[in-house]
Amino acid sequence: MALRDFKIFRGDKNGGTMADYSTEVDKGMVVLDVIHRIQAEKAGDLAVRWNCKAGKCGSCSVEINGKPKLACMTRMNEYGEDETISIRPIKTFPIMKDLVADVSWNYEQNKKIIPLQPDPTKKDKKGNYIMMQEDVDRVQEFRKCIECYLCQNVCHVLRDHDKKDQFIGPRFMIRLASLEMHPLDTADRIPATKNDYGSGLCNITRCCTDVCPEHIQITDNAIIPMKERVVDRYYDPIARLFKKLFSKNNQ
Amino acid sequence: MDRFKYLGQLVNINEIKTVEHDVIVLGAGGAGLRAAIECSMQGLSTGLVCKSLLGKAHTVMAEGGVAASLGNSDDRDHWKVHFRDTMRGGKFLNNWRMAELHAKQAPDRVRELEEWGAVFDRTKTGLINQRNFGGHRYPRLAHVGDRTGLEIIRTLQDRGVHQGIEVYMECTGLDLLKDGDKIAGMVAMWRETGEFIIFRCKAVILATGGGGKAWKITSNSWEYTGDGYGMAYEAGAELMDMEFTQFHPTGMVWPPSVRGTLVTEGVRGEGGILVNSENERFMYDNIPERFAPETADTEAEAERWLDGDKGARRPPELLTRDVVARAIRREVKAGRGSPHGGAFLDIASRRSAEDIKKKLPSMYHQFKVLAELDITKEAMEVGPTLHYFMGGVRVDADSQMTRVPGLFACGECAAGVHGANRLGGNSLSDLLVCGKLAGSGAVDYIKSTATPNLNNEQVKYIIRSATNILNRESGENPYLIHEKLQDLMQSNVGIVRTDELLSEGIDGVMDLWKSFQSVKADGASQFNPGWHQAIALRNLLITSEAVARAARIREESRGAHTRVDFEGERDEWLQYNVVLSKNADGTMNAERVHREAPGKELERIANLSIEELEAEVRQERGVE
Repeated sequence: MALRDFKIFRGDKNGGTMADYSTEVDKGMVVLDVIHRIQAEKAGDLAVRWNCKAGKCGSCSVEINGKPKLACMTRMNEYGEDETISIRPIKTFPIMKDLVADVSWNYEQNKKIIPLQPDPTKKDKKGNYIMMQEDVDRVQEFRKCIECYLCQNVCHVLRDHDKKDQFIGPRFMIRLASLEMHPLDTADRIPATKNDYGSGLCNITRCCTDVCPEHIQITDNAIIPMKERVVDRYYDPIARLFKKLFSKNNQ
Repeated sequence: MDRFKYLGQLVNINEIKTVEHDVIVLGAGGAGLRAAIECSMQGLSTGLVCKSLLGKAHTVMAEGGVAASLGNSDDRDHWKVHFRDTMRGGKFLNNWRMAELHAKQAPDRVRELEEWGAVFDRTKTGLINQRNFGGHRYPRLAHVGDRTGLEIIRTLQDRGVHQGIEVYMECTGLDLLKDGDKIAGMVAMWRETGEFIIFRCKAVILATGGGGKAWKITSNSWEYTGDGYGMAYEAGAELMDMEFTQFHPTGMVWPPSVRGTLVTEGVRGEGGILVNSENERFMYDNIPERFAPETADTEAEAERWLDGDKGARRPPELLTRDVVARAIRREVKAGRGSPHGGAFLDIASRRSAEDIKKKLPSMYHQFKVLAELDITKEAMEVGPTLHYFMGGVRVDADSQMTRVPGLFACGECAAGVHGANRLGGNSLSDLLVCGKLAGSGAVDYIKSTATPNLNNEQVKYIIRSATNILNRESGENPYLIHEKLQDLMQSNVGIVRTDELLSEGIDGVMDLWKSFQSVKADGASQFNPGWHQAIALRNLLITSEAVARAARIREESRGAHTRVDFEGERDEWLQYNVVLSKNADGTMNAERVHREAPGKELERIANLSIEELEAEVRQERGVE
C-alpha cells in the first residue's frame, strides 16, 4: 500500500547501529509483520524472537519508538503515515543479536521462588480440591501473565539501577502474590519476600502496570499487598509484641 | 579427519561440547514438559531441549480447555463416554488402546495439575468447571477462560524447574545419534551462537508437535516444522496417519497478516453460531448421518440445550471440526461467504458483552487489536486453518516407544490417539496422558540399557549438513523455498483432495527437494533466522512428502482427509493405517498396514448407542 521507513537495531553485545530500511506496508499489518517482510526481502539474518503472533506467548517484546511493546500486537496504523518507526531490543537485558535480548536472568529468578504447598485437607471425599471462584479471581488475574518481561524491562530498580542481584522484579512479585494468595497454599514466603526477593526496593512508580499487555494490576493488586504483608510481619510494633509473647517459633 | 570447515574456519570435532543425560526430551510444550517431569520424578538425569524460550511453545496458544471425564459439570460423564466420543470423532481409526488410556487417565492428569498450582475456573460448588466443546457429549473441558494452554504450560514449567530438569533453551535439535539400532544421543545447535552441542543419552523423547508451517494458512508458528517427524524418519522410525491433517474451522480470515490465527472453538461452546452471508445457520444442512441422532435439528432445540436442558440435543455448530470446516468451505464456494472469504461467527447477539469478556477475554482482545473489531457488537469472520496433525510418529500405546529402541514420541508428534480427526480439548489431555506414558516408557527402557557409544562419523555428517548451508558460495533462498512449499501444500494438499492434485503435490515436493540441495543462507551463524529456516526445510519437506503420499494412497474420505474422487468412508479402509518409512536407497516408502483388531470390550463400548451407554454407566454407579 504505502512505502514506509524504519530504523532497526542491528548488532550484538559488542554494539551496533540503527540500520535504515523501507518496505511496503499493507492494511492491517502489525510491526512484527513489517519485521518479517524486511527479513524475507532484505535482511535474511535479522534476528527477532516471536511465536504465537497473537499476544499469547510474550516472545516479541521490543521497544518501538521508545515504548516497550509486543511487536505482534502493535498495529502500524497507530503511527502517523510519515513517521519513521524505530525498533530496538528491550534495554534492561543484554543484547544477543539485533532485536533479541538475553532474558535468561528471569528464568533464574523463577527457580528461587518457593513452589505451591497445597493443603491436603482441602480435598473432598473424591479427592477433588475445593476452591470457590471468588477466592481464585485474584490469583487468576496474576496467572494471566505471558512472561513478556516488559514489566521487568521498565522497572527502575532493574533498568536504571541494575539491582538484578537484589530484586526479582514485578513479574516475579506477581508470581509470589499468586502463590501467597492461593487458597490451597500453606507455605510461608514472607521472610524470603523481604530478604531474598527484595520487595522493599520497589518504590511503586507503576511503570510495570502501565506496560502490561495483559492489563494485570501489578502494583495495586500484587506488589502493594506483598509489601504490606512484609510490613505486618516485620514492622508492625503491636504484631511484633504479640508474636514475642505468644509464639515460640517466630523471631 | 575429525575437522570440518565452519564459516571459513576449521573446527575440531573433539572441541564440541558433549553433555550426558539419561534422557533427552526434545520440545518443551505440554507433552515434552510432562514427559520430562515424569523422567525427573523417577530419578533420571533429564535434559529438556527447546527451540524457543521455555513457556512459549504451542501449548500456550491452546484456548478452549482440557478434556477429562471429571463429571463436575454433568455427573453422567464417565471415561467410557469420553472414549466413545473420541473414537467416533476419530472415525474409528484411532489406536484403540491409546484412546482407552487417554480417556481413563485424563482425569487424574488434570487433578494432578491442580496439585502443582494450576487454577482452573470453578463450578458453584468449588470444583473444576467444565465447558461444552465439539464432539463431546457432556461439558467436559476443564478451562481457564480462553487461556487454558497458558495455565497448563506455566504449571508444568514451574513444576519442572523446581524438580531440577536441565533446560536447554533456544537450542535446535538437528538429528539423532545411534549406537547400532539403539538411540545414543542427539546433535543440537544453540540458536544464539550457532555453536553445536552433542547430547549423549540412552533415550530420546520427541515432543516437537506437528508440521503446520508447511501450509500457508495455519494457526501454527515458525516452530511447527515437523522436526520430530524428520528426525524420527531419518533414524529409522515410522510415520503413520499423516494424511489426517486437521483444518480448524475457525481461523481469522482478515486482515491478511493474521489469516489463520486461531479463534477458539470455545466461542461456539459458549453459544456462538455460524451464519452465511444470507444470514442462514448453514450447519443445520450439514449434519452427517452418524451424528444426526445426537444433534439438534431445530434452532429451538439448540436453544434449550444451551440453556442447560439435559433432554435437548446439541447445536450443529458443535459437530466435529472436519464437518464444520468442510461446511464453511462449501458456503464460501457457493458464493455465500463473508466479504473476506469466510463465514460469520456470531457471539455478539447470543451473550451479553460482560459474559463475552469474562468467558472469552483473549478472543475479545485479539479481535479488538488485530482486526479492530468488537466481538461483543459484531460477528467475526472465520475460515478453515491448518491446525493439527492427527498422524505422526508410530509408537507403542503403553510405552510410546517407536520401533527404534530408545526413541519415544508423544503429544502431537505421535500418532494414534485421535485417528482421523481430533476432538477439541483432546490434545491437552493427550499431551498430559501420553507425556507421562512416554516418561515412564523411557524410565523402563533405561533400566536395562547400557550407556551407548557415540559415533563421530554420524556427528560429522549432521554438522556438515547444517554448515554446508552457510558455506555455499551461492544457492537458493530458504525463505523462497518455504514460500513455494506453503503455496503448494495449500493448493494441492488442502481440505479437499484428488488424485490429480496430490500427484502434482508430490511432484512439486520432489522438485523442492532438488532446490533444497543447494539452499544457501547468508550472514553469520549467530541467531540467523535464514539459516534456521534452511535447516528446518528438510523436516518440512519430509513432513510434506509424507502427508501427500499418504493422502494419495488413502482412497476414501474419512475425518480430516477428504477425497473428492473417493467420497464417503469405505469400510475396507478401516482395516488399514498408511505407514511411511525411509527405504535403504533414501526414497520414501508408503504402504498400507493392517491395524490390530480392537479388544472386544472396547469395540462394544464404542459401538453402543448413547442411550445404552448412559444406562450402563447408571447401572454401574448404582452397583457401586
